[in-house]
Amino acid sequence: MKQVNQALAAEFGLSADEYQRVLDIMGRTPSFTELGVFSVMWSEHCSYKSSRVWLKTLPTKAPWVIHGPGENAGVVAIGDGLAAIFKMESHNHPSFIEPYQGAATGVGGILRDVFTMGARPVANLNALRFGDPKHPRTKRIVDGVVRGIGGYGNCVGVPTVGGEVNFHPSYNGNPLVNAMTVGIAATDKIFLSAAAGIGNPVVYVGSKTGRDGIHGATMASTEFGADSEEKRPTVQVGDPFVEKLLIEACLELMATDAIVAIQDMGAAGLTSSSVEMAGKGGVGIELDLDHVPQREPNMSAYEMMLSESQERMLMVLRPDREDIARAIFEKWDLDFAVIGHITDTGRIVVKHNGVVEADIPLDPLADQAPLYHRPTAETAKQPPIGPTADPIGLEAALLKLVGCPDLCSRAWITDQYDSTVGGQTVKRPGAADAAVVRLEGLKRALALTTDCTPRYVQADPEIGGMQAVAETWRNLTAVGARPLAITDNMNFGNPTKPEIMGQFASAIKGMAAACIALDYPVVSGNVSLYNETEGRGILPTPAIGGLGVLDDAADAVGLALKPGLTLVLIGETRGHLGQSLWLREILGREEGPPPPVDLAAERRNGDFVRHQILTANVAACHDLADGGLLVAVAEMAMAGQTGATLNPPPAGIAPHAWFFGEDQGRYLIATRAPGALLVAAVSEDIPAIEIGTTGGSDLTLPGGVTISLSSLQAEHARFFPEWMDQTHGDASH
Amino acid sequence: MQAAIVVFPGINRERDMAIALELATGHKPRMVWHKETTLDGIDLVVLPGGFSYGDYLRCGAMAAHSPIMAEVKRHAARGGYVMGVCNGFQIITEAGLLPGALLRNAGLRFLSMDCHLRVERADTAFTGHYQQGQTFRVPMAHGDGNYTASTEDLDRLEGEGLVAFRYAEPSGALTTAANRNGSARNIAGIFSPNLRVLGLMPHPEDLVDPLMGGTDGKPLFDGLAAALAA
Repeated sequence: MKQVNQALAAEFGLSADEYQRVLDIMGRTPSFTELGVFSVMWSEHCSYKSSRVWLKTLPTKAPWVIHGPGENAGVVAIGDGLAAIFKMESHNHPSFIEPYQGAATGVGGILRDVFTMGARPVANLNALRFGDPKHPRTKRIVDGVVRGIGGYGNCVGVPTVGGEVNFHPSYNGNPLVNAMTVGIAATDKIFLSAAAGIGNPVVYVGSKTGRDGIHGATMASTEFGADSEEKRPTVQVGDPFVEKLLIEACLELMATDAIVAIQDMGAAGLTSSSVEMAGKGGVGIELDLDHVPQREPNMSAYEMMLSESQERMLMVLRPDREDIARAIFEKWDLDFAVIGHITDTGRIVVKHNGVVEADIPLDPLADQAPLYHRPTAETAKQPPIGPTADPIGLEAALLKLVGCPDLCSRAWITDQYDSTVGGQTVKRPGAADAAVVRLEGLKRALALTTDCTPRYVQADPEIGGMQAVAETWRNLTAVGARPLAITDNMNFGNPTKPEIMGQFASAIKGMAAACIALDYPVVSGNVSLYNETEGRGILPTPAIGGLGVLDDAADAVGLALKPGLTLVLIGETRGHLGQSLWLREILGREEGPPPPVDLAAERRNGDFVRHQILTANVAACHDLADGGLLVAVAEMAMAGQTGATLNPPPAGIAPHAWFFGEDQGRYLIATRAPGALLVAAVSEDIPAIEIGTTGGSDLTLPGGVTISLSSLQAEHARFFPEWMDQTHGDASH
Repeated sequence: MQAAIVVFPGINRERDMAIALELATGHKPRMVWHKETTLDGIDLVVLPGGFSYGDYLRCGAMAAHSPIMAEVKRHAARGGYVMGVCNGFQIITEAGLLPGALLRNAGLRFLSMDCHLRVERADTAFTGHYQQGQTFRVPMAHGDGNYTASTEDLDRLEGEGLVAFRYAEPSGALTTAANRNGSARNIAGIFSPNLRVLGLMPHPEDLVDPLMGGTDGKPLFDGLAAALAA
């Protein structure tokens, strides 16, 4: 075994200062295993050492919040004595190295964060960002990630109901795979991780421990170089079948009173779970690794403590309930082993083969973890783009936009995800702005979405952060749901670069402003930094997962137009084209400031729209986002197989700006009763304007140009199947 | 009708099935753990969808050897009703209760979308509330639904009227496009010779509530409840 010294500490990712701090805490040179424990607990991934100072500024409280950040997942009360438990988490680095397993284990990990709190998982979503489709690697990564998400989610039987996909060259060497799980539990049966009860048994359940994933958390805390392929052994391999057994066994055990505390073994495996459980409980913990179920012979203490083998949980049980628990796990053919007990020493003591391999005081390990106020540099404001001319006309631009990779049909992806298992999916992917999942046996339903517009964040991180939160709120509102809370997945570059840290700080500032204005706190989240390859960072991507509730699932509205309706546009349209998809796709320019976000108007417009939906004045609703008004009309028309005839724009605004501008805070409503709706809007000072009517099988533009739905559909559906089936490459898995 | 749903490790549509059965019969089906060995008092045994044993061997191959399966075979031999859906269909074929096998989908990808099934005969306990030749919409969600059997078996199934459902266009036309998983002769479901064992790939249990997009799957359960009413 290697000599423990500063060089080894550096190899483990600890700086010289951090290593000195370890020496001070220990009062001696740490053992190899101890150094391993410090290095993973103090990795960026586990300690949030660069981001903590900023995360603290996010609003996290509301009367309906039961548990905010700090637990395995966020918990909000949703009525009927139930809580929604949810979180989003990244698996970016593993998904680049090994797309299938990286994405699959990302899904597995976030599921465990949710069911460890006592929730049955009811929905998965995923926010995905990939490189340029023309980049030689992108296709293989997309294919592997989609298969991995499907392979894992379909097998565990949790419907994958939503998410988003973007492409941009900045993700060429660093795709983003952000997986979100939502579960349901009774508010009085929520399980936490704080250990208690001196002498109580510490129990290991699930899969056996192997040598996979050692130092995965450290890998997630550095940039990629050209040698990243060599890091393949640090990627874990998922077993969704065992995960499914683990879900059922844990929920069965949770129906008893046996569990004192429980936590999944995620990043940094046995180390982080045991350290966090004992630390949160203010107790000590002693582990005897001889009892850890092992997949391979002769594993060292270091390897067992740092393994990130999947599908494992750590529990503290009531001593008189050990037999009940053992019987449940044996029924499900899962390993069950008492590997230690809770002590009053305030230390973690790890024994192996009769030798103490680690003995670390827990308080300093947590309290003296590094915390950095890294320097920040503000992103320069983008100059306005100036006047633009429309070179190709509305029809050609629309056909191009609905077919571009960022807006085309996602059916190729969603058709590979089981979205109906459970029998509660009211709005499947693509049917509405947010997925809607009813709670089994009840009228109540959850609305779920993930959103972020990275090009806006790049151009102006504060507005971009604000917009990401506002868009999730808008998407939940557009199905009729009451937005409750968000989970955030902050994907950024190297935090030691002031411009990156500046993006992070400004995005948080914008997010916080939106959360406050919309009464919509952050209850859980995850930070993924060092998303760079060979010095090139990704577009800053604070992916937001939003959760809302509908008291009655029958109130939910979708996108689909029907004949005989009037289209009403809610919200103010100025024709903002800076950072718009029209500008990028038609003029080839990624320029200008993003559209401003007026949070007061956002709130007013959204509350109005929700009220109209819940009073049954709305037949279909769609928020206006990427591509603006005309893309929204086209999406609604395609979803309902019903055409529309559009009025000319108001005076003083160019047609292409009216139809493709990406002004925020807007909704398109299809209604049978436009008169009443417009009267209500006027009385509440909400900008509302009739923009057309529905019917037929064409989209008719002002001036009489018609586009058939079938030609729109053909353009919309083309990209993924053509791209993926060009060459029959990787068909493994 | 007293129904039982067999719970194998790794199956995941048992709750969907229980909801659909309760909707049709007014009472909850019995959930039977795969290590149990009796099905006394049961009229209909359902093997639900999912990934028994992770589908790590051939789909359904491990579950076909679970302790309960000997009793399921006895139940079928006694003339009892058995329905296997998706993974359940795979288990039934692996257990030899129905001929043929389910291979990887033709495109080698998981397929999750609605499809249309054509009802090939309406004079069975399973299909009595449909019309012969009618099509109905139903979700499918599988990676291995490509039905195959020997030419002799296929000819026999057709000759004896044992094809239950075929993948079809909404019009009823049998096309390659409608047969996305590549099944032989568009076969989506088959009966045993006594018409009391049904295996099918898609999920009628997931389309029994207007809120979930329709009730096209409900007649199957209503028909069973009516036919097997005590």
